[in-house]
Amino acid sequence: MSVISETPADHATTQLRAAASAVRRRERRTRGILLAPALTTILLVSILPLSITLIYSFLKPGSYGGVEWSFSTEAYVQFLFERDIFEDTLAFHTAYLQIFGRSILLALVATLGALLLGFPTAYFIATKPREQRNLWLFLITLPFWTNLLIRTYAMLLIVRDEGVINIALMKLGLISEPLAILYTDKAVFIGLIYSYLPFMVLPLYASLEKLDFRLVEAAYDLYASRLKVLRRVIIPLAKPGIVAGCILVFIPGLGAYITPELLGGGKKLMIGNMIAIQVGSSRNWPFGSAAALILMSLVMVSLLIYARSSGREGHSDG
Amino acid sequence: MADGAPMKMVRARPRDLKTQPGFNQVAWFCIAALYAPIAVLVIFSFNDNRSVVLWTEFSLRWYISAFGNVGIQSAAIISFEVALVATIGATIFATMAALATTRTRPFRGLTLAYGIINQPLMVPEIVTAIATLSLFSIVKQATGITGIGYLMLAHTAFCIPFAYMPIRARLEDMTLSLEQAAADLYAPPMKVFRRVTLPLLMPGIMAGAMLAFVVSLDDVIITLMVAGPGETTLPIYILGAIRRGITPEINAVSTILVMISVLFVAQFFLVQRQARR
Repeated sequence: MSVISETPADHATTQLRAAASAVRRRERRTRGILLAPALTTILLVSILPLSITLIYSFLKPGSYGGVEWSFSTEAYVQFLFERDIFEDTLAFHTAYLQIFGRSILLALVATLGALLLGFPTAYFIATKPREQRNLWLFLITLPFWTNLLIRTYAMLLIVRDEGVINIALMKLGLISEPLAILYTDKAVFIGLIYSYLPFMVLPLYASLEKLDFRLVEAAYDLYASRLKVLRRVIIPLAKPGIVAGCILVFIPGLGAYITPELLGGGKKLMIGNMIAIQVGSSRNWPFGSAAALILMSLVMVSLLIYARSSGREGHSDG
Repeated sequence: MADGAPMKMVRARPRDLKTQPGFNQVAWFCIAALYAPIAVLVIFSFNDNRSVVLWTEFSLRWYISAFGNVGIQSAAIISFEVALVATIGATIFATMAALATTRTRPFRGLTLAYGIINQPLMVPEIVTAIATLSLFSIVKQATGITGIGYLMLAHTAFCIPFAYMPIRARLEDMTLSLEQAAADLYAPPMKVFRRVTLPLLMPGIMAGAMLAFVVSLDDVIITLMVAGPGETTLPIYILGAIRRGITPEINAVSTILVMISVLFVAQFFLVQRQARR
């Protein structure tokens, strides 16, 4: 590459370079044209609106909905404090914090539940004969592609007082009056697991499918018990899948709207419903926007944790 | 394990290395639990009774009443219009973007492009929904233009990543050799694309289009926020109906919607499998 002295070949090189850069320029242009519609649409309809949300969160709510264009951090203050309108003092209150806390807790517990159910399921599929696995995977993914609202409604039919579970248990004489499941955190918990279980199974399967069973065999040869093999060999090897599955369940669980709306009866609020209420009926755009941004930051933090942990995995492997 | 054999000093190696106690049962439970609620929903849509829990007799009356319901009819039409426009738009855009991100040398900004394309998947839907609503109300106030176009645009945006995934996967599986052979035989780039790349890519494009269609048809949250008056889609209609009270008619509409999704997704998997052969 390095040119030391002027030679006749130098001229040719320059020409070649010019031609190459022309090709590259054309390639860049084609690439730009091809990428433009998709990127423009998403930038315009998804990313630009997020910047508006950021701006809104620092404005004052308008008296008739909308926003008033003056800077204010009131929306964020409102999270932790209640302003006394007569004395203009701030009193600490935890109503919104509680909603965030409950959402995080519910999403975490649902993630754990999905892991406990999803791990054996993924393992079951991964140890099936190769030609059967795709069919099993299809069975797991199919419900995911059917409407979340309809699946939640179907779950509502199962858990409500006159639902299938209660009728069956009463017919069997196990209970005399229906278990109250619907409109409680239990129903939301069940609904979240039901909705996002496929998200847990798929990455777990991807990890477990690659599992080298010679390692399992070696562990047994060294007198490990089944439980020990699971704990010391299988689970550590499936860790990337466990982390990915947990993130994939936790994130939509945290931002869930339909599940708490239908199964929590709108009383057991999660962040998603709170945002919708603030923007919809309360018409407090700045507060709704601030809540949305806090939710998004929580999601980003979880993604970051995931990216770092998977980056580390990759590093130690390679 | 415990078959009454006397305890040995040395633990016997399990006969089957792969089994773990209880795992099969949990797996069967999960698969059954994923399908049972939907099965109940479907079964009671054929029930000749107002009850959604007590079976009396097979009947199609709720389907007949659903088909005759003007609200459901118009919601179905709007759903299909929006899904069709969003699918076509998103699939074309996604195909172009997939060509640009796979058929070139890695370039600066490639990661950024991936990030932007996948952005709708990473942000919680409720956040996208209120953000989009705020933008659209600003635009509506400023220009006075209203209409279903906004809803279609919003759907197109979140359908792009779903259409993009299978198309990009297909492109990455395709070797460049056929395209290079066509170019060697002096086919101009457009002709190479039309006669070689596009036909080979078609399974990926179809798969992407099917996913986009299902995703658009099923969307609730963004539609709930963005849709204006008179732009009720089927899921929004169903949500409203559930809030008013449970009727077997909801089961009937839901069953139809589930069937459409299942049909499309099953098709998607078939196309994918054929493509791999």
